[in-house]
Amino acid sequence: MDPRKRPALRKGNNVKLIIAAIKPFKLEEVREALTSIGVRGMMVTEIKGFGSQSGHTEIYRGAEYAVNFVPKVKIEIVVSAAMADQVVETIQNTAKTDKIGDGKIFVLDVAQAVRVRTGETNEDAL
Amino acid sequence: MKLNMILPLAVLAAALPALGVAQETAEVAEVVVATGEPAEQTKFILTTLLFLIGGFLVFWMAAGFAMLEAGLVRSKNVSMQLTKNISLFSIAAIMYYLVGFNLMYPGEWLVEGYIGPFFAVTSLEPVGVGAADVTIDYASVGSDFFFQLMFCATTASIVSGALAERLKLWPFLLFVVVLTGFIYPIEASWQWGGGWLSEMGFSDFAGSTLVHAAGGFAALAGAIVLGPRIGKYGKDGRVTPIPGSNLALATLGTFILWLGWFGFNGGSQLAMGTIGDVSDVSRIFANTNAAAAGGAVAALILTQITYGKPDLTMVLNGALAGLVSITAEPLAPSLTEATLIGAVGGLIVVFTVPLLDKMRIDDVVGAIPVHLFAGFWGTLIVAWSNSDANYVTQIIGFAAIGAFVFVTSLIVFIIIKGVMGLRVSEEDEINGLDMAELGMEAYPEFHKG
Repeated sequence: MDPRKRPALRKGNNVKLIIAAIKPFKLEEVREALTSIGVRGMMVTEIKGFGSQSGHTEIYRGAEYAVNFVPKVKIEIVVSAAMADQVVETIQNTAKTDKIGDGKIFVLDVAQAVRVRTGETNEDAL
Repeated sequence: MKLNMILPLAVLAAALPALGVAQETAEVAEVVVATGEPAEQTKFILTTLLFLIGGFLVFWMAAGFAMLEAGLVRSKNVSMQLTKNISLFSIAAIMYYLVGFNLMYPGEWLVEGYIGPFFAVTSLEPVGVGAADVTIDYASVGSDFFFQLMFCATTASIVSGALAERLKLWPFLLFVVVLTGFIYPIEASWQWGGGWLSEMGFSDFAGSTLVHAAGGFAALAGAIVLGPRIGKYGKDGRVTPIPGSNLALATLGTFILWLGWFGFNGGSQLAMGTIGDVSDVSRIFANTNAAAAGGAVAALILTQITYGKPDLTMVLNGALAGLVSITAEPLAPSLTEATLIGAVGGLIVVFTVPLLDKMRIDDVVGAIPVHLFAGFWGTLIVAWSNSDANYVTQIIGFAAIGAFVFVTSLIVFIIIKGVMGLRVSEEDEINGLDMAELGMEAYPEFHKG
C-alpha cells in the first residue's frame, strides 16, 4: 500500500494495548470471558517473573532453594479505546482469586495497528 | 465369545468322571515326588537356566542405571552420562573375561584366601559339549560367567552416577578398567571365591557389601578426590539443589533396576534343580519385591512429614535402598521382616542425603546413601533373620571390604588425577560435558538446561 495513503501517526488514536500477567490456571476462564464480550483476538505467552511476593521456597532432596521466578501467563490484547475499560474490568474480575500473586494489568497507547492481509489500519485492523 | 466360554466347560465336563481316578493317581504320584530325586542332568540344566535368566535380568540393570542417571543430571550432561554407562558396561565385560572371573573364583590362589591368579583368561565349555565331558554338579561355565559378569558391571555403574557432571570420560573409563578387572574381583573372591571372609563366617547372599557397598565406597573415594560440582555448595555453607532434567526417565530407570533385582537376588540362590531351591528362588523374589516397596513407602512418608511435600527423587532412592538392604539376605526373612528391612533402608536414604551435603560431598544421584549406607544396614541385619550369621562378623566383613575398596580406589583416583586430570575445565563444566567432550547434545532441539 502506498505509504502516503496511510493516516498520519498521531498520539492518542483509538487503539489500546492491554498487557495482563495472570495465574496460568485462570487463562481459559479469562479467554472465555473476553470472547463473550467481543474480544476477537489475543496473544498469549508463558512467562516467569516476580512481583511483590518475590517468589517462594521449595525443597529438593533435603536442601531448600528459592523459586525466584514464578510461572505466569502473559496476555496481550489490542482493542479499540472504547472497549479498553470493559476488557480490563473483565480480566480483573475473572483472574481474581483474592490470594497473593494474582498478577497485574497494564494499558498502553498503540501508535499504529495494521492488518497484514488487507493493509487496513487502526480500529479497522482489529 | 460363546465358543470361548463353552470350550472350557466342555473340557471340564469330560474331565469330571475321571476326577476320582485322577485323585488316586495323584496320591501315588505324590509318594514318588516326595522320595524321587531329580536327575543330575535335570539339575544342571535348570540351574544353568536360572543363571541365564538371572543374568539377562541383571544385564538390564545397566539400562536402569543409565536411565536413572540420565534423568537426574542436567540436560547438558545427558549424552555424556549415557556414553559413560554403555562404555563402562562394555569395559567391565572385557575386563571380567580377561582377568576378573578367574581372579574372583580362583582355581589356585596366589595368596591363599586373599588374592587369586592374575591374567587367567576365562574359557568356556567346547561347542556341543556332552554330559560325559563336564562335571554336572553345578551349571555350565558359560552361564556362570555370564551371570557373575553382570554383578561386576553393576559395581561400576554405581560409581558413574555419583561422579556425574564434572568427571572427564577417559579418566573415568580408566578407573573402570581397574575397578572391574582387579578391585572388585579381589574383594569378591574373599567371600564368593571361598576366601578368608567366607572361612570366617561372613554372610552376604547377593552382594549388599560385595557389590553395592563396594560400588558406594569407590564412588565415595571418587567424590572426595573430584570435589563438588560448581555452584552446588555456597561459601556460607548453603546447599544449592541442582534438579535433574527428566524425572520420567529417572522413574523408568528405578523400575528397570527393581525388575533386574529379581535376577540379582533370585539368581544368587545359585541352584534351581530341586523343589527346595526353586521354592527358595520364589521366596527371594517375593522378599526382594517387599523390601523395595517398604523402602519406597518409607521415603514417601518421611519426606512428606519432614519437608511438607513428598520428594519423588527420594522415593526412587528409597525403593533402591530397600533393594540394597535386602540383598545381603533375601531368603531367610519373612515378608514382614523383608518389608521392614527395606523400609529402614528407605529411611536411611532420606536422612543421609542431606548429611552428605553437609559434608560437602557431592553425590549427583544419591549412590552413596543408597548403595553404601543402605548396604551397611543390609549387611548388618542379616544376623537378625539368619541364625548362621552374627553381628560382629558382619561388621568385620563390611569394614574389611570397605577399607580395601576405599583405599585402592582413592589411590587409583589420585594417580589418575596426577597423570591426566579428572575434572573438566570450569568453562566446560558450565557449558556442559555433552558439547565440551562429545560435541553432541542429548536434546539438541531444547535449550540449555
